[in-house]
Amino acid sequence: MRADEVPQDKSSTYAGHKKLLYAQGQDGEYQGVQSTGWEVEATATRDAVAQFELWAQEAHAEVLAGRKSPLYFHMYDCRMDLPLLCQLTGLWRWRVMRHFNPRHFARLSDSVLQRYAEAMDRPIEQIQSLPDKPE
Amino acid sequence: MTFSHNQSAHCESGVISSLLSHHGLPLSEPMAFGLANALAFAYIPIVKLGGQPLIAYRLPPRAIIKGLCKRLGVGVKFHKFKDPMTAANALDDLVGQNILVGLQTSVYYLPYFPEEMRFHFNAHNLLVYGKRDDVYQISDPVFEEPMEIAPRDLNKARFVRGPLAPKGLMYTIESVPESIDYPRVIREAIAKNVKVMTGAPLPVIGIRGIHYLAKKIDKLKGSEKDKRLYLGHIVRMQEEIGTGGAGFRFVYASFLQESAKLLSDDVLAEASKTMTDVGDTWREFALMVVKECKSKEPIRLAVLSDKLRQCAAQEKQVWQQLKAWCRK
Repeated sequence: MRADEVPQDKSSTYAGHKKLLYAQGQDGEYQGVQSTGWEVEATATRDAVAQFELWAQEAHAEVLAGRKSPLYFHMYDCRMDLPLLCQLTGLWRWRVMRHFNPRHFARLSDSVLQRYAEAMDRPIEQIQSLPDKPE
Repeated sequence: MTFSHNQSAHCESGVISSLLSHHGLPLSEPMAFGLANALAFAYIPIVKLGGQPLIAYRLPPRAIIKGLCKRLGVGVKFHKFKDPMTAANALDDLVGQNILVGLQTSVYYLPYFPEEMRFHFNAHNLLVYGKRDDVYQISDPVFEEPMEIAPRDLNKARFVRGPLAPKGLMYTIESVPESIDYPRVIREAIAKNVKVMTGAPLPVIGIRGIHYLAKKIDKLKGSEKDKRLYLGHIVRMQEEIGTGGAGFRFVYASFLQESAKLLSDDVLAEASKTMTDVGDTWREFALMVVKECKSKEPIRLAVLSDKLRQCAAQEKQVWQQLKAWCRK
């Protein structure tokens, strides 16, 4: 890639930051060149973000309908999925799945809730409640 | 502490390049990356990221720092912790003594990251160079400017569980060699890298790994949306995660060019050009993926896998060039 081919697409995913790429100058010498974004990369990033948002929306509806506990929504809202949430909390998969059940979730002890709160970096009260609308 | 922040493409090679330069051993980022024989390709279906397989274009985290320091004879000290309080105090001690400290952190819990880039990735490296008004002054190599972070956020990011858990990992440079025997280390590093790319015993690593991925694309099933997510994931792994463009291929081409100059070697200069072509093909592949995904027509998988095979063929060429050079 030549330095003048380094994309400068001002991608929203960079939030105004610039990333360093390596490219060749006029003389063929490699140098670091700042890029404000590449539409190709930004599309892929936004797709991945959108997938989590979609899961969060679906989860939101499930929780509203009373089929799932708020924990289920917060998992996707924190860009996690089930295997990751298990790893981040150190809880077994079947336990986490059980906590998706509103009845079981309501009876959780503070120490287990605390583990979720730490993994999600959200206060316990927030994890126990459902926001009005997903983002 | 007089410390000058340097932006780099990749966090780990950037951190170690800054650390060594700070300790009087100036080393560019591409040089650090190349001498750690860090370039690779691996398709690892059993490790899932958000439901997608792990696709890596370099050696696993920590391998760059460890490999480079071993090869150059740099004394580096790693510390891991069980308890966040102890870790925070240990960090404060070092910062109080004006020592530059490297840390492993999780991207998701770093508040200064752009919102859309905050995914759960546990092996992000950064440097702490001071503490002022109770906030840490940090040099995150992928950002243009130094950053500041509250102790609470930093401690959080250092103690995340899960895959590649940092466990508060902190590292400092103990000693640096007086000089580097460039002809020897460059040859060693390239020879090792040739082995990784062409001689791995598994079909998912190196050039065979690229063919493996091409085959996977050919056989891709599911809805258009599933395909789109899978293909987009490849592009993200290649471009988004601080790779300096084309999954580190341009960084490596830059390393080859720098080496060619140091050793006045024409073969390496030639290999650098071929590696640049390889990188350009990877970029074209990314562009094609997104174009296919955006078009209203069904995704033409064969076109994409063909492009990938072209990448593999070009890579083969450059690694054979380098293999011959190592034997010389």
